[in-house]
Amino acid sequence: MFEFVGRKLLRLFQGTGEIVVLLLQTIFYFKEIPRNLPAIFRQLSEIGIGTLPITALMALFVGMVLALQTGSQLALYGTQDVIGAIVGLSMVKELGPVMTSLLVAGRVGSAMAAEVGAMEVYEEIDALKTFQISPVRYLAMPRLVGCLLAMPALVVFAIVIGVIGGAFVSSVNPLINVPVNVYYDNMIQALNYMEILKGLIKATVFGGIIAVVGCYIGFQTTGGARGIGQSTTRAVVLSFLLIFVANYFLTRLML
Amino acid sequence: MSAFLQKLLGRGNNKGADTSTLGVQYAKPKGVEVRITDLNKSFNGHHVLKNINLVVKPNETFAIIGPSGTGKSVLLKHLVKLIEPDSGSIHINGVDILKNVDKKASYRCSMVFQTSALFNSLSVGENVGLWLRENRICPETRIRAIIQEKLRLVGLAGKENLRTSEISGGMKKRVAIARSLAVNPDLILYDEPTAELDPVTSDELARVMKSLRQELDFTTIIVSHDLNFALYLSDRVAMINQDGIVEVGTPEEIKKSENPVVRNFIYTTTKGLKGE
Repeated sequence: MFEFVGRKLLRLFQGTGEIVVLLLQTIFYFKEIPRNLPAIFRQLSEIGIGTLPITALMALFVGMVLALQTGSQLALYGTQDVIGAIVGLSMVKELGPVMTSLLVAGRVGSAMAAEVGAMEVYEEIDALKTFQISPVRYLAMPRLVGCLLAMPALVVFAIVIGVIGGAFVSSVNPLINVPVNVYYDNMIQALNYMEILKGLIKATVFGGIIAVVGCYIGFQTTGGARGIGQSTTRAVVLSFLLIFVANYFLTRLML
Repeated sequence: MSAFLQKLLGRGNNKGADTSTLGVQYAKPKGVEVRITDLNKSFNGHHVLKNINLVVKPNETFAIIGPSGTGKSVLLKHLVKLIEPDSGSIHINGVDILKNVDKKASYRCSMVFQTSALFNSLSVGENVGLWLRENRICPETRIRAIIQEKLRLVGLAGKENLRTSEISGGMKKRVAIARSLAVNPDLILYDEPTAELDPVTSDELARVMKSLRQELDFTTIIVSHDLNFALYLSDRVAMINQDGIVEVGTPEEIKKSENPVVRNFIYTTTKGLKGE
């Protein structure tokens, strides 16, 4: 029993250390960004533009359901006029960064783990090493930079769409019945630049988690097609967990 | 240090496994001598390589044959430092490559992987020019000329714009060879070059590899369980099994070997030589 727990703890510490080393190595290669711009733009397109439609859909319905649930409860006490502030703050501080990150982790993090994992299994990473090309510089760095840049942009987009969804439901739902101008004025009063900046900091950190975890799991892949499938699942689960944990600590730090 | 970190860091440097072998200028290749002494390697208690002793002469084409799972590919990966041995030494041109990790080596080495290991996101030409571009070996115009030349050598002239996902297995192998030749290697390693190829394509590949040997000077080590392919191409052959190196000799000597292990391997019913 003790041996089992000890082994698991040891593996946890080792894994954490390896992820930190990979992160530091990837940051070390940021100096190579200028010569890797085409690869970074490819990642930006894949992570950012490729995720836009599904982000829009997700954010729209999150904003709508948030307004519906909260607005209908507030209407019971006649305080539904504050719905704009509630939707705006929720989207900026929590739902925008977290929901978008989960979406990107599921869509992009899993793809990163699968792609890098396939390269590991089919000896492409070994080939890179024999050609004196660092796999961290060639594969991990463009993905990390892409995620760090794309995530805040996606979150801003998600916030805007979520707020629009909330405004739509608030104005057309007869239970809530808050005009768009009231919704908007209330939201603007509640929001300030610092709140938006905190949301974007969260988004950037979550983007880093998604990229580093995806690449780390990919580099560790062994065992053919089955191993690649397992890596995909592991990358998504680990990213989700780390996003939730990081979200708590970031919220605590930025209170 | 964990296996992951070792793999990532590449034996104490952060550029990959084989940094020392490619640090020399882009010069004409010259064959090198490879001397492997008492090499041992185990994985999870399974002793894969047992006291391997081999000498490969400069400009020689040396084949290592043997059944699957006897560590042939593992042996090759030691030569490009993708794997570290448990004990033993590897000298190339008299220099211990395992102790000389941080110094620039006086030779260049490249490997053709069993899976070809081409990058699907790149075109044929981009794959061939990968090492040259990523390590900024020479100007772009020179790189393009080198790509064309290397593709011509493997019979793929004018194919540089094809996507690697669109080409056949035999062509992929030849692109992988061209990519290795772009390094101008003094030592080229082939890991199961005929794996997954049909007999006609294997013949075509053998002809390409033979013509390369006539045109260029380098030492070649081929690992294969394709007996006829290995005997056709090589100057000398080593037979390996789970107990280590069983016999070393010219193709004719191997064919005439009285060693029962060698005879069992080469005179098989379906894929071996025709018995007397």
